[in-house]
Amino acid sequence: MITKRIIPCLDVKDGRVVKGVSFVNLRDAGDPVELASLYDRAGADELIFLDISASHEGRKTMVDVVRSAAGTLRIPFTVGGGIGSVEDMREILRAGADKVSINTAAIHNPDLIEAGARRFGSQCIVVAMDARWDEEEEDWVVYSHGGRKRTDRRAVDWAMEAARRGAGEILLTSMDQDGQKSGFDLPLNRAVASEVCIPVIASGGAGTEEDFIEVFRETPVDAALAASIFHYREIAVENLKIRLKEKGVHVR
Amino acid sequence: MIAIIDYGMGNLYSVSQALSRMGFQSCITDDPAVIRDADGVILPGVGAFGDAMMELNKRNLVEVIREIVLTENKPFLGICLGMQLLFTSSDEYGYHQGLHLLPGHVKKFEGDYHIPHIGWNALRFMGPHPLLKEVEEGYVYFVHSFFVVPDNSEDVLAVTDYYQDVPAVVGRNRLFGMQFHPEKSGDVGQQLLKRFASLCIREASTR
Repeated sequence: MITKRIIPCLDVKDGRVVKGVSFVNLRDAGDPVELASLYDRAGADELIFLDISASHEGRKTMVDVVRSAAGTLRIPFTVGGGIGSVEDMREILRAGADKVSINTAAIHNPDLIEAGARRFGSQCIVVAMDARWDEEEEDWVVYSHGGRKRTDRRAVDWAMEAARRGAGEILLTSMDQDGQKSGFDLPLNRAVASEVCIPVIASGGAGTEEDFIEVFRETPVDAALAASIFHYREIAVENLKIRLKEKGVHVR
Repeated sequence: MIAIIDYGMGNLYSVSQALSRMGFQSCITDDPAVIRDADGVILPGVGAFGDAMMELNKRNLVEVIREIVLTENKPFLGICLGMQLLFTSSDEYGYHQGLHLLPGHVKKFEGDYHIPHIGWNALRFMGPHPLLKEVEEGYVYFVHSFFVVPDNSEDVLAVTDYYQDVPAVVGRNRLFGMQFHPEKSGDVGQQLLKRFASLCIREASTR
C-alpha cells in the first residue's frame, strides 16, 4: 500500500535558504543542500525548493543548487518558483530535479501544463495553487502571483482542469490557514482531493503533529507539506513519522 | 565503467551521482561504441514511451541495446520508463512497439484511485534472486501512470501493491528493470543499485 508523504518546503533566494533555519544545527544554515540532506536523513519523503529570487542571476544560481541537491539527496525533490516555459522546465529537470511546480504561469497559460506533460511526462508536472474561501461566491477562489492577485478561477474546477491537462499532482495551499498553525484546511483539502483523480499535497496551517494525523485521517490527500515548523524543529520529521505510525497512518 | 544511456529523456545526473557516491564509475553517453564497451548499461528515462523509442531510434541505439542484451548477455538495467521500454509494446499516447527484450505489454492504471502512482511503496519479493540478496523488502519511490504486464510471471522478481500487484523489479539472465527510482529511494534503492553495479564489475572481471 502506498504511504502518505511528509514534505518539507525550503524557500530559496539567490541560492540561500531565507527563513527559519537559525535553530537547525548546521555548519552553514543558509545552504539549501545541507538543510535538505538533514531532512533526507531524518526521513522526509520528498522536498520542495521554492525559488523566490527576483533576479535573473538568482534563477541561474538556483540551477546550481538543483545540481548540487541532485548529487547529494537520496529522495526526490521538486523545484518551483518562476518557471514559466517548457525551456525553464527543461533546464531545471536536466540539472537533476525530479519535478517542477508551476503556479501563476499555469493560470495565465494553461497550455503550459499540456506542453510540459507531453514533453517530460505528467509525473514531473506539479500544479501549485493558492486558494482562499470567498464568502460571496461561497467557494474557494484561486489567487495568482504568490497570493496577491485574485483570479476568477475556483479551486476545485482549476484542480480538475489541471489534472485533465496532464498535471501529475496538485500542491494545494490554503491562504486562510497558511501561517496560522491551527491545522490544515480540511474542507478545502477534502473538496479538491476527493474530486481530482491525481495526488494532492496539502499545504498551509500545520502547527502540531496532530494536524498531520488529522489531515490524513479526515481527507484523501496523499501528502502534507510544511516549512517553518520543520525548520525551527517545532516538529521533528523523525518524531512525526513515528507518531503517524502509532496513529495508524501508513508512512514509510 | 557503467554506461548511462543519454537519449534526451530524463534524470541521468541523479543516477550517475548515486553510483559515484557508492564508488562506481559511470559515464553519460549516447555513443554506441562507448555503450558496447561498458561493463554494464543503465537505461533511465522519464517521459512518454513513444517519444523515448523515437529518440533511441534516432541515435541508432535500438540494435545496439538488443545486441548487448541478447547476444552478449551484458548486465543491463532499465529504470522507470527504461524498464517499460524493455517490453514488447505500450498504450501510452497510442500503440508503440518497445525493445521487445521481455514479452509483455505496458498499460495505464485504471480505477477510482489517484493516478499517477506517486510515493513510497513497499517491495514484496517473489522469491530469492541474486539481485535481491541482502536487500530489505523495504520502501522505494515510485512515480508512474503506466505499468508492465509481463507475459511470463517468472520474469517478475518483485511487486508492489497499488490497488493490484504491480511489477516493481523484473529480470531475466542479466537483464533487469526497476519501475521505481533506485537513485531516489533511500537505503533500499541504494542497495539495489549497488547489487546491479557490483554484478557489472564482477562480470567484467570474468570476461
